[in-house]
Amino acid sequence: MAEMVTLTIDGRTISAPAGTTILEAAKDANIYIPNLCNNEELTPYGSCRLCMVEITHKGRTRIVAACIYEVVDGLEVNVNTERVLNVRKLVIELLLARNNEHPALRKIADELGVKETRFPVEKKGCILCGQCVRTCREVVGVSAIGFSGRGITRRIAAPFMDFPPDCIACGSCVYVCPVNFIPMREENGVRTIIRFDFPMQQCKKCGKYFAPKKQLEYFSKTTGLPLDHFENCIDCR
Amino acid sequence: MKRIKSPQELEKLRKEIQAERDPNKSCIAICAGTGCLALGSDKIIAAFKKEIKKQGVDTAVTTIRETGCPGFCEQGPIVVIYPEEICYLRVTVKDVPEILSKTVVNKEVIERLVYKDPASGERIVKDSEIPFYRKQKRYVIGNNINIDPKSLEDYIATGGYAALAKVLNGMSPESVIEEIIKANLRGRGGGGFPAGWKWEATRKAKGEPKYLICNADEGDPGAFMDRALLEGSPHSVLEGMIIGAYAIGCGQGYIYVRNEYPLAVENATLALEKARSLGLLGDDILGSGFNFDIKINRGGGAFVCGESSALFASIEGRTGEPRAKYVHATDRGLYDKPTDLNNVETWANVPLIINKGADWYRTIGTENSKGTKIFALVGKINNTGLVEVPMGITLREIIYDIGGGIPHGRKFKAVQTGGPSGGCIPEQFLDMTVDFDELAKIGSMMGSGGMIVMDDHNCMVDVARYFLKFLEEESCGKCTPCREGVYQMRMILDKITEGKGTMEDLDTIEWMGQAIIDGSLCALGGTAPNPVLSTLKYFRHEYEAHIKDKKCPAGVCKALITYTIDPEKCTGCDVCARVCPTDAATGKKKEVYTIDQEKCIKCGACIEGCNFDAVIVS
Repeated sequence: MAEMVTLTIDGRTISAPAGTTILEAAKDANIYIPNLCNNEELTPYGSCRLCMVEITHKGRTRIVAACIYEVVDGLEVNVNTERVLNVRKLVIELLLARNNEHPALRKIADELGVKETRFPVEKKGCILCGQCVRTCREVVGVSAIGFSGRGITRRIAAPFMDFPPDCIACGSCVYVCPVNFIPMREENGVRTIIRFDFPMQQCKKCGKYFAPKKQLEYFSKTTGLPLDHFENCIDCR
Repeated sequence: MKRIKSPQELEKLRKEIQAERDPNKSCIAICAGTGCLALGSDKIIAAFKKEIKKQGVDTAVTTIRETGCPGFCEQGPIVVIYPEEICYLRVTVKDVPEILSKTVVNKEVIERLVYKDPASGERIVKDSEIPFYRKQKRYVIGNNINIDPKSLEDYIATGGYAALAKVLNGMSPESVIEEIIKANLRGRGGGGFPAGWKWEATRKAKGEPKYLICNADEGDPGAFMDRALLEGSPHSVLEGMIIGAYAIGCGQGYIYVRNEYPLAVENATLALEKARSLGLLGDDILGSGFNFDIKINRGGGAFVCGESSALFASIEGRTGEPRAKYVHATDRGLYDKPTDLNNVETWANVPLIINKGADWYRTIGTENSKGTKIFALVGKINNTGLVEVPMGITLREIIYDIGGGIPHGRKFKAVQTGGPSGGCIPEQFLDMTVDFDELAKIGSMMGSGGMIVMDDHNCMVDVARYFLKFLEEESCGKCTPCREGVYQMRMILDKITEGKGTMEDLDTIEWMGQAIIDGSLCALGGTAPNPVLSTLKYFRHEYEAHIKDKKCPAGVCKALITYTIDPEKCTGCDVCARVCPTDAATGKKKEVYTIDQEKCIKCGACIEGCNFDAVIVS
């Protein structure tokens, strides 16, 4: 059992296990802090900067990312100070300039009272939260995609902007993307993610296409089970 | 040289080296630092070697020393003849035979090569008497001219590694830290955090092994003091690091240096090898039982890799991206182990403090900023170069007394300190003293010591835009405020410089500026709006002129200016037509020339070329 610490969030006294982040502690106490790059299954990354909060500890006040900062005894957290709201408003306006349509972004904008971004809308779509990259590395374990470029030219990419040789077509990146930016479809036994085609395995019994062949090969490799173990779909197995 | 096994043996070796050296022997010291090399000093060195043979000069009496940067880059290539200390500036290959026959052999001064005071016309022979050097206190970089950075003997002969010997000869690690804290040595890389505190925190931190790093990822445009130190006096940096490692209790150090500094990499690598073979580095240093070694890690030159957590990621082999630093590097830094990171100049100060004592060190500087600081004085300044000055000197002394003022008698407008994320300081603060706290008070910072002087031909909106563009390109792109915010801010400045800005844009960039500072993940974004905010604070009228009057008062922003020729002043000399790259300037010789506005690309070549100030920018 982890040691418990006592902190206040917006004046409410809360106790949370040491080592949890402000965002986790707030969530457990039903206090909402907007965020986009955080995912409880992934290592905190602290890149979107929506979850900024103002903290006071040992007489010092500063602004930190709630998804990374770990709670300590006596910490005072304020979720909605003017400085913090200004950061959030700027962040959401900047993200709307990349993607002004997605409901997830629109919802946060509404909450902050932001109707439109004052910046030119470029409709890039991806907000570079990096959930896909981290999921691929940490959950799937293949690191098929990563970041390329820097600054405003940063993008999510496979090596050399080409077919991702390590991708197992599992679709986890598609699933975690908070703005549904990664398109995936299945047609005639082929799964297509963005523009890359992956053949599907047909179930030996029922004939249904049930999983990408590369994903089953990956399962076989990681579990040590023979490949024919994965020839049937889960229903027929 | 044979491996030395005790501080006493080092002293013995020093005496032997010194005894072998005749102080009356002629020595031709030639700057072989990057600046002078770019001006052709390698050819001058070769010419001296050839000429010595040709004239049959006895090499037992005359030697050549290829040194690091002595700082007066404006006047390079620099050659100093010892023991007379005759300083020759802007030397060319053609001058070499004469220098050798007249000065080296016959001790005769060649008037045309020595410094000429632009005001009085007086010739000054000795380098220490040149105004550029007179007001400096060159404790850290001053040794550059006295040693060949490739020679460990040179460094030892000038007192090198005496501080290390002193430390290993009975000082406890705690007392070393105490001395550094007492000296109040503050980080020269920009932050100004007390180095001694960092050492102490790393020493006390739980976790083994501990690491120590020299940050030589100097990346500010116009700053090159760390390069000059690592190139010109690599052993002083190593000595500082070895002392630090002993104090902290650390066995492995790194020098993180950008690969764009090939000479610094070369000289530091050689210095490591030589120090290792002499027993100053590696196992059982000077027979003390203390082990420490250093690796050189070459960076790819990303500005953000000077940020500590991005630097660690880069050494670890990952992308150089910062991570949130809610845990200090002194607790969890490189490979998540306690790590002390200090800048090149900070390390080079350490031997000085140990040798002369914290009490001596504290006599230099101001209340809370002790010692000297090296600045790279660049921009619209007569004496471009590296200047080492005591903390507490005024900006005016640096710019006018040392820097020689603004070229062509133009008017000073601002000085930008602290690199791209520093601020622009206007004339009203010229008499302000320079130290860590004073600069911060007026919205700039010490940074790593870049000092860019600007005159009335610099447009402050354009200057802010330039720095922002630099930071936009160097942003790693991880966090939203820095990646998107700096980009959008630069787009607004583009608009203003094109005469398309609105007064609301000024409110927007002010609002964004604070939010970017508050919201960014690392110090790059956290300071990126500074050039914009400080110019808005002190030069708001220039922004307003661009917006309201659609005019660029400094005549820089191309969309807002036109070039014409003053018929009163034009002599019809044809220079403008000859230098114009688009044939926009035309005319008949000895008659008034004109500029075709359709063809003119506003490059400014005609202004530079015209000897009669006949080109008008409006």
